[in-house]
Amino acid sequence: MKKNILIVLGLLALILPGLATAAGPGVKLDKADIDVTNTASLQRGAKYFVNYCMGCHSLKHARYSRLASDLGLNEAQVRDNLIFTRTEDGDKTAIGALMANAMRVKDGKEWFGTTPPDLTLVARARGEDWIYTFLRGFYLDPSRPFGVNNTAFDNVGMPHVLWELQGWQRLAEHGDSHTAPVFEQAESGRMTPAEYDQVVRDLVSFLSYVGEPRQTERKVIGFWVMLFLVVLFVVTYLLKKEYWRDVH
Amino acid sequence: MNKMLTSMLGWVDARFPLTETWNYHLAKYYAPRNFNFWYFFGSLALLVLVIQLGSGLWLTMFYKPDATLAFASVEYIMRDVEWGWFIRYMHSTGASAFFLVVYLHMFRALLYGSYKAPRELLWLIGMVIYVALMAEAFMGYLLPWGQMSYWGAQVIVNLFSTIPLIGGDLVTWIRGDFLISDATLNRFFALHVMALPLVLVALVFVHIVALHAVGSNNPDGVEIKKKKDENGIPLDGIPFHPYYTVKDIVGVVVFFMFFFAVIFFAPEMKGYFLEHANFVPADPLVTPAHIAPVWYFTPFYTVLRVVPDPFYGVIAMGAAVVVLFFLPWIDKHPIKSIRYRSTLHRFNVMFFALSFIVLGYLGVNPPEPTLAELGLRFSEIYFLFFIVLWFHSRPRGAALSWGAFAGLVVLYTIYDLARLSTGSPGLIFGSWLMPTAYLVICLLLPLYTKLNEDKPVPERVTS
Repeated sequence: MKKNILIVLGLLALILPGLATAAGPGVKLDKADIDVTNTASLQRGAKYFVNYCMGCHSLKHARYSRLASDLGLNEAQVRDNLIFTRTEDGDKTAIGALMANAMRVKDGKEWFGTTPPDLTLVARARGEDWIYTFLRGFYLDPSRPFGVNNTAFDNVGMPHVLWELQGWQRLAEHGDSHTAPVFEQAESGRMTPAEYDQVVRDLVSFLSYVGEPRQTERKVIGFWVMLFLVVLFVVTYLLKKEYWRDVH
Repeated sequence: MNKMLTSMLGWVDARFPLTETWNYHLAKYYAPRNFNFWYFFGSLALLVLVIQLGSGLWLTMFYKPDATLAFASVEYIMRDVEWGWFIRYMHSTGASAFFLVVYLHMFRALLYGSYKAPRELLWLIGMVIYVALMAEAFMGYLLPWGQMSYWGAQVIVNLFSTIPLIGGDLVTWIRGDFLISDATLNRFFALHVMALPLVLVALVFVHIVALHAVGSNNPDGVEIKKKKDENGIPLDGIPFHPYYTVKDIVGVVVFFMFFFAVIFFAPEMKGYFLEHANFVPADPLVTPAHIAPVWYFTPFYTVLRVVPDPFYGVIAMGAAVVVLFFLPWIDKHPIKSIRYRSTLHRFNVMFFALSFIVLGYLGVNPPEPTLAELGLRFSEIYFLFFIVLWFHSRPRGAALSWGAFAGLVVLYTIYDLARLSTGSPGLIFGSWLMPTAYLVICLLLPLYTKLNEDKPVPERVTS
């Protein structure tokens, strides 16, 4: 009987997904307008990520050594500036290791009510514009445990980690799927809004890169593949024409 | 050198029918000389099968069929395996390409009546390949162990639970557990890389054997074997090799342009080939906001969704596939090619193709009331198409046409009246006009116009 109810619920979820989307992203997303081929931006993004995000969010499918070669850094630079974690034996994390962090699942649940998700693929799952909107969408909300809420992710369990840079903002007007929300600055941070936007853009570029490290490489290869196929098309078409002369 | 090769060939031929096979299937297999664009998709389907087998083999070398490791192993392939991303994208794009090519291949059969005598068995074997391909794609989709893999499998496997009496136990037996789990992943992996590929390859072989026994149809639907020269060679036939091998190579290159453009420039294809939610690892405790199957299943998914009762929904969806098996016996019209059939038939086939695309579009979107209503109407039209096809297999009188029209309209009107309380009457009666207009055009209009007049079929192939 219980199983039947589960089945019916499962099928309801299948027949009525429209209801479930009501809780989904109903906000207008700002355009991130990033360039993943901009190595300087990626390097800054990596710096911000390991400093501000990695305490809670791992990049457990990415590897420091690949990061080094893709971002034009040598191993010493990465070791000195980007690796802040240690192994269980207390040694510094090796350059060939995956970008894990030290937070335990149990602790995350206790501190935030949920485990901070791994962010390796967040750019592919949610999209670059979403991350951009999210990181600029924290506003003061005394009803929340950390005093902030988010326009892109309602009732998010995350504090505003970048408050020192952005300062605090209040939500002046709620947005919807067509209009962006309006914020007003309650307390200014170390940066101007334009500088802060650039920080967020660097972070989004970096996460986009981490989501698919080979994305730039594949487009370059793709160009040559297409060129080759055009040449091959001409050759094979002429071959076909030659063979078919006696048919038509 | 040449002499040595000839004697070697003789040695082999005395022990294995190498030259004979080569001639029977290629050098002396006479294909009609008037193949057009639509005839590329058979050889392309074969090509995509080879791509899938090759890329799949390499993926198997690195993939780990284990619920705790599967997701990470796919990312390992994407990042740390040399050219792993390329192999993975070939396989994921290949899956969509396979269905695209197969749908076009099947549509070709519909256009030129390729399923009609003597090719009924060829069509049936092809349909079994299509069903096996659907199973193969479904099993493969679980393997990346993302959210959509998990919940898509959950939804599809649960369809079996709607079967009365045995449903619940059957689903547990399929999953090997009480939920989709490691056990399910392991068996789906086994079926995906071992059982179904074997079945597919065997069926494709049989499909080609059957084709070469009866000979290829062509855009004119004329049997080239009826007119032969003094050597017994069809007058309108040309050897498959070299003529169609060189022609198909051009088709392959054009196909590759599209295929590799997707792989290198848009491997996710905006979420249609690789769904965004599948970049989140499977989580049995979190249901995604919107579960949609990959695009190639969505036409049938819409048919499933339009029926409120799950069991009858599954029956309707199954019927939408099964009805295709019966095409050779539904459409008994003596003229094969759409070229010489009536304007009405042309409209009917084109509208069917359009309906299939609309059903697919509706299947990727959440069923909001208007879209759900459209889904129902296009599902009705999907099935009505086959009735119209059967109806016009031979000339019909006014009484029968009016009778069939009235009977069909009454049938779905009763259903509409029964569900009147569940939706907006305006929407229900407004959309009621759609299948009704379709039936007026297809069943009544031919009585008063020349729309259903066939054209004379030529003796030999044209162009």
